[in-house]
Amino acid sequence: MELRGKLLDVSGLKVSFYTYRGVIKALDGVEMWMDSGERLGVVGETGCGKSVTSLAVMRLIEQPGEIQAGRVIFNGKSLLELPEEGMNRVRGGEMSMIFQEPRSALNPVMKVGFQIGEAIAKAKKISIKKTYPEAKEMLRLVGLDPDRVLNSYPHELSGGMSQRVMIGMGLATHPKLLIADEPTSALDVTIQAQILELLDELARKMGNAVLLITHDMGVVAEFCDKVMVMYAGHSVEYASTVRLFEKPMHPYTGGLLLAVPRVGRTDELKAIKGTVPDLVDPPPGCRFHPRCPHVMELCRTSKPPLIQVEPGHYVACYLYGDKKEVREDV
Amino acid sequence: MEKSVKVSRPFVDDLKHTAFLWKKSRLTMIGSVIIVIFLLMAAFAPLIAPYSPTEQNLSNKLRSPSWQHLFGTDQFGRDIFSRVITGSRIALWIIFLVSVISGSIGIIVGVTAGYFGGIVDEILMRITDMFLAFPSLVLAMAFAAMLGPNLTNTIIAISIVSWTTYARLARAEAIKVKSQPYIEAIRSVGGGNLRIMFLHVLPMCISPVLVQLTLRMGTIILTAASLGFLGLGVQPPTPEWGAMVSDGRNFLIDQWWISTFPGIFIAFVVLGFNLLGDGVRDMLDPRLRR
Amino acid sequence: MVIVLFGVACIVFFIANVIPADPIGAILGGNAPPEAIDRLRTRLGYDQPLIIRFGKFISGAVRGDFGVSLKTSNPVMKDIMNYFPATMELAIVAIIISIILGITLGVLSAVHRNKAIDQFSRVFSILGVSMPVFWIGLLLLLIFYFRLDWLPGGGRLGFFTFPPPRVTGMYLLDSAIAGQWDTFKEALMHILLPAFVLGYNATASIARITRASMLDVLRQDFIRTAKSKGLRKNVVIYRHALRNSMIPTITIIGLVFGGLLEGAVLTETVFSWPGLGRYITTGMLFLDYPAVMGGTLYIAFIYSIANLIVDILYALLDPRMRM
Repeated sequence: MELRGKLLDVSGLKVSFYTYRGVIKALDGVEMWMDSGERLGVVGETGCGKSVTSLAVMRLIEQPGEIQAGRVIFNGKSLLELPEEGMNRVRGGEMSMIFQEPRSALNPVMKVGFQIGEAIAKAKKISIKKTYPEAKEMLRLVGLDPDRVLNSYPHELSGGMSQRVMIGMGLATHPKLLIADEPTSALDVTIQAQILELLDELARKMGNAVLLITHDMGVVAEFCDKVMVMYAGHSVEYASTVRLFEKPMHPYTGGLLLAVPRVGRTDELKAIKGTVPDLVDPPPGCRFHPRCPHVMELCRTSKPPLIQVEPGHYVACYLYGDKKEVREDV
Repeated sequence: MEKSVKVSRPFVDDLKHTAFLWKKSRLTMIGSVIIVIFLLMAAFAPLIAPYSPTEQNLSNKLRSPSWQHLFGTDQFGRDIFSRVITGSRIALWIIFLVSVISGSIGIIVGVTAGYFGGIVDEILMRITDMFLAFPSLVLAMAFAAMLGPNLTNTIIAISIVSWTTYARLARAEAIKVKSQPYIEAIRSVGGGNLRIMFLHVLPMCISPVLVQLTLRMGTIILTAASLGFLGLGVQPPTPEWGAMVSDGRNFLIDQWWISTFPGIFIAFVVLGFNLLGDGVRDMLDPRLRR
Repeated sequence: MVIVLFGVACIVFFIANVIPADPIGAILGGNAPPEAIDRLRTRLGYDQPLIIRFGKFISGAVRGDFGVSLKTSNPVMKDIMNYFPATMELAIVAIIISIILGITLGVLSAVHRNKAIDQFSRVFSILGVSMPVFWIGLLLLLIFYFRLDWLPGGGRLGFFTFPPPRVTGMYLLDSAIAGQWDTFKEALMHILLPAFVLGYNATASIARITRASMLDVLRQDFIRTAKSKGLRKNVVIYRHALRNSMIPTITIIGLVFGGLLEGAVLTETVFSWPGLGRYITTGMLFLDYPAVMGGTLYIAFIYSIANLIVDILYALLDPRMRM
């Protein structure tokens, strides 16, 4: 099958969590792709599955969760079929991840320099002590004072500084893809801007692609080339950022944009009616249909596939396309 | 067709979830079963025991376990099975009284210290520290020895070394409650200190103390048995389990049953409390309530 | 800490002097004539008012003079110094065994959660915390000495062996220093069983806490980060998780040390081990007040020091506490 994205191509990804309440069908066939050097933003409300998607790509999903189906091709390798050792080589090597709460994501009893050095040492197969010059260089790149920070512990750093360390740690091995899971959500607004700028600058310098997960449309507008909108475990729209803001096609995307304040906007903010569905017992068919102002009979029974409506712009909605590809809800 | 919003009933759901967790943990269930058996044993002891626990029958001494004497007889010809069963009553009695006494002292000291703070807190906490400076068995031994070894003094001695845990807990809760806005509110409408302490602060402290009491019931039995074993606790011929283990020491080589069976029962009951306590604690831990 | 120790001394004095009805009568026995009782009372200073006796006790205690044992007629401090090394040796060996066994079991349990080793370890732990120390001792004595005859039954050395030249009072150390390897072996054989029994509760507690703590740590965010760096499972466990999970374990080790002091009392009785625990117990049974007061005060002192050491270790391990 032809790959839509040359660096990363995710199709049909299904992840479920087995809990006492029942089976949470967190991801129900997610589609996502990117090219080298590109910046893809994954957007959606809390609980829509954006983080789960990135964890699944890194194969970091743990009990009680399980990847049930799907295909993830990264840099020519089929990640879901790799043995654990092979996956370990990819993680922290060609693909790395930074997380939302930087201070809890760093080991509190280890010095920061050691943690960065560890990543380098593993990739280059040298001893950690020898990595310190390079670690210092990384610290400098992310805008920190290397001599001061190298021997600090995470709790001695501020939130912004810790996030810079995480970025340094993530980029230390010059990965092809950096996954950033809500990297600015836990930070002050002013620091947010700095961190985004840093990510931008470094990505340009080092040429890595960035998969940015966020719930903030503003961040997407500023940083990302392309956007994938998620709702309740589905990919509902995929387009370039410019195009998405110009002409949102999926009703949910439209609703999102109307609910977000923007400079220059004078009309009232509109909330989307209804609430996010319970993923143990999700609505059949298109999961957005109970809240959709344009709902049709077809939407209630079958899940719309993600199809290309105009070049580079994909939507999963029966309002578009010729309704030939009707998929039965599994 | 619009799906109707599910009416949520948090309290009932919570209870149901608690019951679910209870049943799901096999170990907690086992613990509960053991405790129930223990309680039944203690309650119906005179009915279950085939012989009198204290009646001596020297012609029958040192018999190994048989159908007539399930656990054998000791050096005085007493039936060990009956003694062990009766011993459960003593154990229960000790647990009950010690819990009530040490819990009460602990809560009162803790609430007072936590609520008033300042110098009252300092003094009470120093006193608590003083008691905590001893390994609890040693202190209990000292008290028991000096008061004179018997059942009442065993209870007193163990209570004296136990209250400190509850005091600390109650104090921590009291401090938390004290700074709540609603306490301010009560004070602003004229509620006096004593009233606030007893009607509002104290009830909040009961729950964690109760949990801790349950967790420590096993320790109480072990301490009582240790005292009995050393000769500083309940004295023969009262069939306290620890004292019974000590009784059989000299006959260990050939008549192993005299020491072994009481010990098994001690372990059994303590195990029950521990399993139950662990389960209760796991259930109440918000992080594990998945 | 000084205040606390002073209070401790108060409690000890209170126990020994305020509570009992008539110590002197108890010593001489029920049939002693009243004049003998009075004479002894005067001789030992029990006829003086409480306050003076308390003052004497405190001033003596500060200097390390606890008076003379009513039973052995030795100065109590001398008796304590005689018996203390035996208890220390037992406690040290016990804690070494329990730390090694306990942490190993705990880590293996957490890493292989719900598999065979975990189930076994949990049963072992829960039994260990539930069974009375003295009963385990008797049971193991029954099995390993009386039935199997693998290990000796009591005392620190065989009946005919002479103790090594006294340097610390701890036979293992002293015999090693003196190069008396036969004595060393024998002392080792004699200490194994009581040390294991003494440490059984501790092993169980340590295993439980290590397991719980490891499981807790393995759930933390930074473990996910470590995995995202592609580190191997063993590296993640032993380099990242272990050090973080040791913090509660150290606290428990401190707590169980106190338990060891208590357990020593029971273990020494079962194995006829001539240590401080047995000394105190005998003192209490025979109402030897100076011995009881001195011994109890001494134990409280050691216990407090142990807790202090734990606090220090805690600060060393967790850099967050060093502020």
